[in-house]
Amino acid sequence: MQKPVTISDTRRKQFHLPVDKILPFLIPIIVILIWQVSSTFGWLSSSVLPSPMAVLQDGIKLTQSGELPKNLSISLYRATVGLLIGGGIGFILGFINGMSKTFRLLFDSSIQMFRNIPHLALIPLIIIWLGINESAKISLVAIGTMFPVYINTFHGISSVDPDLIEMGKSYELSKGQMFFKIIFPAALPQILVGIRYALGVMWTTLIVAETISASSGIGYMANNAEDFVDMETVVLCIVVYAILGKISDLVAKSFESFLLDWQNTGRSNI
Amino acid sequence: MNNNSMISIKNVNKIYNNLTALHDVSLDIQQGEFIALVGMSGGGKSTLLRLIAGLEQPTSGLVTINETDSKSLMRVMFQEDRLLPWMSVLDNLSFGSKDKNTKAHAQELLELVELTTYADHFPNQLSGGQKQRVALARALMTNPKILLLDEPLGALDALTRRKMQDLIMDICQKQNLTTILVTHDVEEAARMADRIIVMKDSTNSYEESCPKNRNSGQIGIVTDRVLSEILEEKPSQQRTA
Repeated sequence: MQKPVTISDTRRKQFHLPVDKILPFLIPIIVILIWQVSSTFGWLSSSVLPSPMAVLQDGIKLTQSGELPKNLSISLYRATVGLLIGGGIGFILGFINGMSKTFRLLFDSSIQMFRNIPHLALIPLIIIWLGINESAKISLVAIGTMFPVYINTFHGISSVDPDLIEMGKSYELSKGQMFFKIIFPAALPQILVGIRYALGVMWTTLIVAETISASSGIGYMANNAEDFVDMETVVLCIVVYAILGKISDLVAKSFESFLLDWQNTGRSNI
Repeated sequence: MNNNSMISIKNVNKIYNNLTALHDVSLDIQQGEFIALVGMSGGGKSTLLRLIAGLEQPTSGLVTINETDSKSLMRVMFQEDRLLPWMSVLDNLSFGSKDKNTKAHAQELLELVELTTYADHFPNQLSGGQKQRVALARALMTNPKILLLDEPLGALDALTRRKMQDLIMDICQKQNLTTILVTHDVEEAARMADRIIVMKDSTNSYEESCPKNRNSGQIGIVTDRVLSEILEEKPSQQRTA
């Protein structure tokens, strides 16, 4: 007699590929494979684009010599400090203007005017004022990252549901409680959008700043390699920037899923 | 003010930008009484409730609460649940409380509203009726003496609405709460309240006392009388108690 098979038994026997985990890597893997094959068969000249293997070998060589870790760490330092300063100022301004109508009237118009100046256009001015030392590059990153954080913090705070504020008032919350229990958590999704956007601006600004006025950093490495027509190192620097950008995005996403876990729950999860 | 009055409203007026929302409203509400405010939209029901809750101030007149610490002894439940979406059900209950035994009290109230298994859920995991039960439990957290209900059942389906009506009536009776319910549903008012106040043309134009332990026939009669008063029609002759 044939043993009856329940639906759950059938499901248990099926093999599931972790499609969600594989899909994001599919296109980069295909591009690298095509790139490598094209280089190996000579369809793509190394003077146009060196092969992925050549770039990898260059990366290993520069890591062993200590040049890549040194330049990478200085770029990370500039990016992090610039983001902390710019993001901090942006958050404070967004908070003040979001909470107070008087401050909003006083500051917002001027900030919006300043925001519309492309911050990279300030490079000549920054070099004249601060030279080509660390403070110049950190200042540029800070200016670039300040506005996305400001706009989103300001918008997040000023658009908190007034019904929740009224509910807090009816529970006699103090100003501090009102901020930490209602306003800040309600504005947090928007603030995190600003930080994520600022991370993108941070790398773009740093690449330009290090290419134009630096004696160290990944941007300087790429610029220096260009002078010696060292294509492997130029491409390596671009790949390093792409990896750093991706890591920043992953860090921002983990923050979002940790701080906003309530958004990911729903009736279907019960 | 009557000695037994929990809430006394004397000649209250409320004007918003030349628009009169309340005109010369006077009302005494006794301790433990269940009042329903009914009437057409724009009649001033919610405005009166907000003045009692202290969320707004009258343009003139006096609203007096017969308690020393009137604000913490008074809680409002709104039509929208107003739960904080980033807090669990249990945290939503305890967030406004200063009591040390908050969590234990919150658990008791969740039991009362039959939601103990949902303590760790977030509001977006609950149905509309469950959210309103959490909102009711939160309103009861500080052991209020006055419960203000601003159309809390308006968005619920008929069955959930009936269950919530029973739950609210049961809690208010057991805890001897002075309750004011704002509702568009006259039958709901006739079913739940001891006294119905009709708000019309920005003032309390008519009152109807409801009999104790009323049956469905009596609820129908009261509903008809109040409706005809609101619509200025003659009451239906067909209903009998």
